[in-house]
Amino acid sequence: MESINEIKRDVLSAVLAAGKRIDSRGMYDYRKIVVQPGILQNAEGSAMASIGKSQVMVGVKFDIAKPFLDRPKEGVLSTSADLLPLASHLFETGPPSEDAIELARVVDRGIRSSNTIDLESFYLEEEKVLALYVDIYVLDHDGNLIDCSSLAAMSALLSSRMPKIENGSIVRGEYSGKLPLKEHVVTCTFGKIGERMFLDPSLDEEKGMDCRLTLATTSTHLCAAQKGGWGTYSERDITELLDISTEKGKELRAML
Amino acid sequence: MICNSNGDKMGATGKEKPKLYESGRRVDGRGLADLRGIKIESRVLNDADGSAYIEWGKNKILAGVYGPSECIPRHDQSLYRSVIKCRYNMAPFSGMEEHGRSGPSRRSKELSKVIKEAFESVIISENFPKTQIEIFVEVLQSDGGTRCAAVTAAAVALADAGIPMKDLISAVAVCKIDGHMAVDPGKEEDNFGESDMPIAFSPRTGEILLFQMDGLLSREELSEGISLARQASEKIRKIQVEAIAKVYQEPKEERFLVIK
Repeated sequence: MESINEIKRDVLSAVLAAGKRIDSRGMYDYRKIVVQPGILQNAEGSAMASIGKSQVMVGVKFDIAKPFLDRPKEGVLSTSADLLPLASHLFETGPPSEDAIELARVVDRGIRSSNTIDLESFYLEEEKVLALYVDIYVLDHDGNLIDCSSLAAMSALLSSRMPKIENGSIVRGEYSGKLPLKEHVVTCTFGKIGERMFLDPSLDEEKGMDCRLTLATTSTHLCAAQKGGWGTYSERDITELLDISTEKGKELRAML
Repeated sequence: MICNSNGDKMGATGKEKPKLYESGRRVDGRGLADLRGIKIESRVLNDADGSAYIEWGKNKILAGVYGPSECIPRHDQSLYRSVIKCRYNMAPFSGMEEHGRSGPSRRSKELSKVIKEAFESVIISENFPKTQIEIFVEVLQSDGGTRCAAVTAAAVALADAGIPMKDLISAVAVCKIDGHMAVDPGKEEDNFGESDMPIAFSPRTGEILLFQMDGLLSREELSEGISLARQASEKIRKIQVEAIAKVYQEPKEERFLVIK
């Protein structure tokens, strides 16, 4: 497999050096994006998002939980990701891989640090808070799972209903309005090969690229970031990509 | 969570048993031999060799198939046939009740095993020695009868993958509600019925490939149940065949899952 990736890198470098991409997209173009919110009825919130041939479903569930010891007045937000074995021949059954954990944590950081969810409003009583679970279910893998997952997660949160609470427990199937959200967080992921940078790497591009940078933004701020891969970025690269993320973020937010 | 003594989930608050059959109608208005609505869409995934999505009542289930491919680990492989593997899994957000745990439960391990065994006699596995065929089933939303819907969707996914089979199989459960045998129990009938019996048939030969049962049934009720399930599985087979044919009648430019 490694030799195939080496060949892919050579082809990618040559194509990118000519200012083109292997699927003839522009450097900073997304593939076709489709977002479907509110697709499940049992979950409190849900959505599907696809970018090109990548498909991700997100389900949102509420439970009652104990707060964390260091934050006794705040609710719990928990994000996890499953790279389902039906999504790709590259995924195997078993405990979450490091890629799955990184994916969940990057999406989590965007949602958490944007303060879009007011976790203090999840406080019910002493030792009792609401817990919100965001489950990322990867159904098809053709690269850029981070942007696809964060788009699905944001759409699922926007479709989420607050559970009805009675005598300190959740009444399933009954709701008390929508989940209030302050911000719409989106992420933009850029690949880099040699000195060339490009938005929304496909799986083939991911296999050949040196590194990637994910920037999560609200309409006003950068709220989370993650670099992956062995390559490097200059400070100028990062500020330049943030400017592009801010512009592209508007397009993504319009789809939510 | 409230469980019955089998460890199966019960209604949200362990509420009282409703009247399940009254004046010729079941809780959701169906007659005894009526199936819930079933829709199947084949070829919805890109990387899997075959795939199918089924909506059966409120169940929403996705099946993906890979293979025949190199059997890993090698000590699993057979010199005589392809090894069939199956993973049935429920999404943590699939139920109405609390958030599920990740990782396979005892229940999902058992269901993976019986689903795999149902397919072992219909897949012509001796054509592909030293390989494996993997069936992955993800329950995205559950509403009672997920294993039967899983078998039905997996059969379409296997056909989509071009895996040779002796027959296109399907499964359906029968139940006993307020003393009457009925086909395709919904969640309430599953929780509060007197008996539940999922069956998978090979429609061409009439043979039974998956058979489970709990509750109490007389010999007559057993025969009535099997014959009800047999009639229902013929209706399901038509829906499966339509889903497989549709992929060729109306070829898709791009594959993706559309959920209504």
